[in-house]
Amino acid sequence: MEVPYTVENRPDTGLYNAKVGIWLFLASEVMLFGALFSSYILLRVGALEGHWPTELLNVPIGTVNTMVLILSSVTVVMAWASLKLNDFKKFKMYQLATVICACMFVLIKSYEYRDKLTHHDVVLADGMRVDGHLVEETDEYIILSHPVSYPAVKGIGYRPTAIKEAEHGDDHHHAEDRKIMLADIVKRTTWGPWANTYFAIYFTLTGLHALHVIAGALVIAYYWGPGSKMWKTNPEQFTNRIEVSGLFWHFVDLVWIFLFPILYLL
Amino acid sequence: MESTEAKELHDTHHDADGHGADHHHDPGFWRKYIFSTDHKIIGIQYGITSLLFMLFGFFLIATMRWSMAYPGQPMPVVGSLLHIIMGDMTSAVFDPETKELIGYAISNDLYNAFGAMHGTIMVFLAVVPLAFAAFGNYVVPLQIGAVDMAFPRLNMASYHLFLLGGLIMLASFFIPGGPAQAGWTSYSPLATSIQTDGQLYWLIAMVIIITSSLLGAVNFIATIIQLRAPGMTWMRMPFFCWAQFVTAFLLLLAFPPLEVGALLQLMDKVAGTSFYLPTGLAISTMKDISGGGSPLLYQHLFWFLGHPEVYVLILPAMGVVSEIIANNTRKPLWGYKSLVYSTLVLGFLSFIVWAHHMYLTGMGTKISTFFQTTTMIISIPSVIILTCLFISLWGGSIRFNTPMLFALAFLPMFGIGGLTGLPLGFNYSDILLHDTYYVIGHFHYVVAPGTIFGLIAGIYFWYPKMTGRYMNEFWGKVHFWGSFIFMNLTFQPMFAQGMAGMLRRMADGGVGYSIANNPDAVGGLADQFVKLNANITLAAYALGLAQIPFIINLFYSISKGKKVESDNPWHSTTLEWQTPTPPPHGNFTTPPTVTGGPYEYSVPGSSQDYIPQNQKA
Repeated sequence: MEVPYTVENRPDTGLYNAKVGIWLFLASEVMLFGALFSSYILLRVGALEGHWPTELLNVPIGTVNTMVLILSSVTVVMAWASLKLNDFKKFKMYQLATVICACMFVLIKSYEYRDKLTHHDVVLADGMRVDGHLVEETDEYIILSHPVSYPAVKGIGYRPTAIKEAEHGDDHHHAEDRKIMLADIVKRTTWGPWANTYFAIYFTLTGLHALHVIAGALVIAYYWGPGSKMWKTNPEQFTNRIEVSGLFWHFVDLVWIFLFPILYLL
Repeated sequence: MESTEAKELHDTHHDADGHGADHHHDPGFWRKYIFSTDHKIIGIQYGITSLLFMLFGFFLIATMRWSMAYPGQPMPVVGSLLHIIMGDMTSAVFDPETKELIGYAISNDLYNAFGAMHGTIMVFLAVVPLAFAAFGNYVVPLQIGAVDMAFPRLNMASYHLFLLGGLIMLASFFIPGGPAQAGWTSYSPLATSIQTDGQLYWLIAMVIIITSSLLGAVNFIATIIQLRAPGMTWMRMPFFCWAQFVTAFLLLLAFPPLEVGALLQLMDKVAGTSFYLPTGLAISTMKDISGGGSPLLYQHLFWFLGHPEVYVLILPAMGVVSEIIANNTRKPLWGYKSLVYSTLVLGFLSFIVWAHHMYLTGMGTKISTFFQTTTMIISIPSVIILTCLFISLWGGSIRFNTPMLFALAFLPMFGIGGLTGLPLGFNYSDILLHDTYYVIGHFHYVVAPGTIFGLIAGIYFWYPKMTGRYMNEFWGKVHFWGSFIFMNLTFQPMFAQGMAGMLRRMADGGVGYSIANNPDAVGGLADQFVKLNANITLAAYALGLAQIPFIINLFYSISKGKKVESDNPWHSTTLEWQTPTPPPHGNFTTPPTVTGGPYEYSVPGSSQDYIPQNQKA
């Protein structure tokens, strides 16, 4: 018993089974991310003034990451095209580049995550809010570098405004580290998903996207490494598999193309 | 005519033996029944698992019905058993005079937990897997003339994920605090604030079940697009395949938003986010939240699945019923093309009606108006489908066997369920009826005597193909009449209760709001409606008893039922009856080529009253 059209195209649809399967899967993925983007819109529209701190993300790093992913999109096509041209060596080279790009993306993303998760945000008993990177922590006090302080009611999105105001002479922004006694702290968090709804949707969207990147990279790495033995036994099906994994990879890139502006720029 | 068929069938069997060459090695128990990639075994796996879940879901509601009919009274036998398993969630009842322990009653928490799990299990673990995965897996590849599903291993993974999700759901009964208690809809912030890990289990199980149905949906659509036999054009496909095709699209596109809904609620539970928790939320168990979220967001995400889900529940049953009606009236389906196009329209429209579940959430009257309009429009294709099936009966010489009885009962029962939905679809009458027993009556009429009757009809109908034996006809009829009568006695009074204003989700069945207990209050619940609770409960128990002949019949007939006389015992036209009985791995002895439509019954001038799809007239 053999399931037909696993390798060759069915004449009336012009597709092999896996290609139909991946497109259907991507349709459901569109609905998955579509629902998340819709949630983003609904939450953003409902957010209070100063509670949507897009400015806190590092745009240059985000841009680099975007470039890395776009580059990987190019190499994944080149890898597939090389197989079509019967050039297995070039396939190996391009697909290695894809995997390296994927790893770079995840590394850069985790650096960004770490940067946010170590950024402390405290509300003091006097109603001011201070945030900065944690330098030192003891039982009595914490020390934050590059601290910024502003009234707590204004929300963490007020931070860039506070820095600008400091540059115009107000004494909100301290270049030197600030020592804060634990006794003065009313509430203390970091810039994790719990910090506010913006960070919540940021971590959820990018986290889910990162899972997709990792999953895609694992598949591509498998067909670059041990899975590539199939090239010798069944080159057509192997090429199909590279095409299907490439389609998924393009989708992952495309999601980031939407994520980058809505989270970093808008 | 009979003799030629018998000869053909004999040849078929002969071929089957020869065909066995490439799988004559015995794959062993595990590969054959647990890790099978054969769509028929997977279909049966789904079928057995979902029937067990259905039985369990019924047990949950039976327990809840006791609490509603006899609030605060100890439940005999079951109460003590539940006390052993669930501990403090049952409430001990003491004799008021002697202070002796006389038994255990259902506590309000336990009622809530069972209510949430009854809904979840019945919808996601019983009816959908039975309707879509079990019947779809077994029948669709056979009907389109395929050797298997397009992705057999994915199919296996899909069943295993489903089982895993179901087991996680079951495991939540045994944890401290018990299972989820916030209803099958799990509305936030209620669901987030209840202090039980059961909700966590619910969310994780749901994500796994959704993944499973996603894999299934991809597989079904790819199979129907790619693996149709030569000559099986779209308009030659049996209506059942069309119904499954549209259902698969609904699952594919509607489930991901619920996955997002569950994911965000999971984040609210474990990562401290506030997706569904608004600023200023005052619940004592939820301090220090960042706020800024929206409870309405969850409801939108949930009902974006929730409404297509209704059609996921009903479409496969419509498919089954139309196969059985065409076969037993010995006539082509009336308006096959109308049926197909209506189903497609239904599938599309089901994506834009979801907020009619949310008229009372304060989302705004303009939005309500939009969704009220689309809801009224979607009733048109539903009515077309039902009308086509009704007219199909006209002038047929109907065979009243058990599958046909269930299929016939489906029509008026689903009709009642559908028509009682209209007052709920209008936002002004919904204000009165929302969250009352009227709603419960409405959707149970759609799902229980509607969908489940259709599916039971399917079990009786395809059983001879799966086992080579008929189910017992006499006990089948006992099962039918028992189910039919008690189903109606169970759900009919709920309309009256609902219109009298009795709300759902009350462990005491509304006693607390009765006129008897609140003589001075305006709008209390009249005594006769509270008393109906006991009637409904007894009818529900009788309905449970009426399933015993079915369960015995189902197992007994595997080895002791009447043997089928041929591979096509119902004299059907569709391809699944052109295989050996039961079909071997790979299904067809010779690859079928389709030459005719799906319902070539009583063709004028033909020597027999049916022409199978792969045979020329």
